[in-house]
Amino acid sequence: MSVLEIRVEGMGFWAPGWPDWNAARAGLRGEGQADPAVVKPSPTSLAAAERRRAPLPVLLACEIAAQACVASARAADALPSVFVSTHGDLVITDYMCSTLASAPRELSPIRFHNSVHNAPAGCWTIAAHCHAASTSISSWHASFAIALFEAAVQAIADDTPVLLSAYDAESPGPLAEVSPASTLFGVAMVIAPCAGSRPDLRLRLQPSSAGARLSPALPADFQALASTNPMAAQSLPLLAAIAAGAGGVIELAAGDQTTLGVELCA
Amino acid sequence: MPDLIEPICITAYTATSALGRGLADHLAALRARRSGLQANDFTNEPLACAIGRVEGLERAALPDGHEAYECRNNRLAWLAIEADGFHEQARAAIARYGADRVALLVATSTSSIGATEEAYAQLDGERMPMALRRPEVHTPHSLGIFLSHLLGTRGPCLTTATACSSSAKIFAKAERMIRLGVVDAAILAGVDTLCGSVIFGFNSLELVAPEPCRPFDERRRGISIGEAAGFALVERKAPAAAPRLIGWGESSDAHHMSTPHPQGLGARLALEDALARAGIAAAQVDYINLHGTATPKNDEVEAGVIATAFNETTRASSSKGWTGHTLGAAGILESVISLLAIEHGLVPGTLNCEQLDPVCGPQVTLQNESRDVRIALSNSFGFGGSNCTLAFARGDCA
Repeated sequence: MSVLEIRVEGMGFWAPGWPDWNAARAGLRGEGQADPAVVKPSPTSLAAAERRRAPLPVLLACEIAAQACVASARAADALPSVFVSTHGDLVITDYMCSTLASAPRELSPIRFHNSVHNAPAGCWTIAAHCHAASTSISSWHASFAIALFEAAVQAIADDTPVLLSAYDAESPGPLAEVSPASTLFGVAMVIAPCAGSRPDLRLRLQPSSAGARLSPALPADFQALASTNPMAAQSLPLLAAIAAGAGGVIELAAGDQTTLGVELCA
Repeated sequence: MPDLIEPICITAYTATSALGRGLADHLAALRARRSGLQANDFTNEPLACAIGRVEGLERAALPDGHEAYECRNNRLAWLAIEADGFHEQARAAIARYGADRVALLVATSTSSIGATEEAYAQLDGERMPMALRRPEVHTPHSLGIFLSHLLGTRGPCLTTATACSSSAKIFAKAERMIRLGVVDAAILAGVDTLCGSVIFGFNSLELVAPEPCRPFDERRRGISIGEAAGFALVERKAPAAAPRLIGWGESSDAHHMSTPHPQGLGARLALEDALARAGIAAAQVDYINLHGTATPKNDEVEAGVIATAFNETTRASSSKGWTGHTLGAAGILESVISLLAIEHGLVPGTLNCEQLDPVCGPQVTLQNESRDVRIALSNSFGFGGSNCTLAFARGDCA
């Protein structure tokens, strides 16, 4: 099988000004405005104490994951999950590397255990009481496409709905130059195998063609997100097409010479 | 319970660690019970502990044309892939199937953060020094970027970073992709290198032993951190003699970020799923390479799970007294040790364990044993409660 057919059962979304997928979908269609009051994700799925002290990528990834679960009407405690980030938590990387350069013995144990790439997945599975498999991956600028592919492989291979949570947070200090990101952005999906029903998406990993299709133009607010957050840049072309509700094929970068063709089955 | 899976073939594998470069060095050190652990001479700020350091990394520059990826972690990958002819076998598989039909699934916990640490130690004002202003070494996917350029694969390429279960989980990913037919083969790589983040990080959690680690010893005081790289080539079909991956299980503890579930719930779920996918009973398992980190809690919980699930004919041990805990590389390094156990009929004991914790059942083996190993398991558990158990079989037993 070289084509993976999946259904999208629910979406989650968070970016400054855009608190959920309904708002983002309207904005992507040019029908809604950003809400200036939306400045920080605050997932009610986390315990209050956890919500106060959790790093921003954890808050972001858990907020969008919870939204997608609710939208799909799937129980969060039963879903295997794929978490993906281009950069991981660069605020903690900046803290770790600064502290190591000055006072290595003063490293904070809490910040160390939150430094692992799977910290959001760990916090999510704890909050959701979920014992199912969870993975945390990165594929640099191909992260979104490859994670969508990996989630689809898992959904079809194990005949189960799968939660995908894709996010990037801000890049501080000296890291900003080599790993640029200056805003928060996250998108989540619960995807499922088709089981005989009509698919929403057909995924095909293929060599990049010279004449790759152009991405649809994004509204100005979303273009700004795409230019300031790598996960926004990687995912918004597909999200805009989903919001538009039309058919067609979107090509997402899936590596240097590889593209993920995503056919939207209108 | 998950469905039975069709075994996939492991047609080449290798490892480089503190025990040496390639399979022969590992087998010799296991047989001679010679640990690779040494006093910490890695950190600038002294810290009294043992480390598993790979010799010669400082001199092992990357090949021409790959300067952008220079860092300790990618150097270890380069040193390791050249051992046991793995590089040639990987290239032959890519030529055989086509570059777009081979997945490149890599795993690491800290990737090349050592290069980021180095940059912060010599900041040029607010900027990284020019020589380290290379985006390719400040990303979790650095290893994948380097290896995909080295090998020229064009199939799915991703980095799994689930702390200490990372390089076990890539075997499961490979099996799923091969089963669905999206690829015909996968090159698996797990690489983690020594860096300040993990040595002082685990130290901050009071999980680093002052002496070489003593898995399952009642006096154990924590881990010794090591560095390692492991590679495996997996394919759908191969000659009968090739060992097989026959099962895998993945689970989440859903308990705590850095402490295992007290009753080992996640570990048990991963074990049960691996046995179910392999279609075997616990009694058929000859050897288990345990996670066995030598932290008080991990070993207590893991020993409890093993004592309950297996009868006394199954042998179980931790090889971390030889290599140290190689974190994101542990899953594949210990898979390689499990494959050596299968190939050579060698059950490694538990080096450095002298006073076995009474919580252990009769399965935990201190001395090396010679015996037929037809089926072996490898356990890997990580921060965030991420668990993975792999099941391997000798070619004629799959």
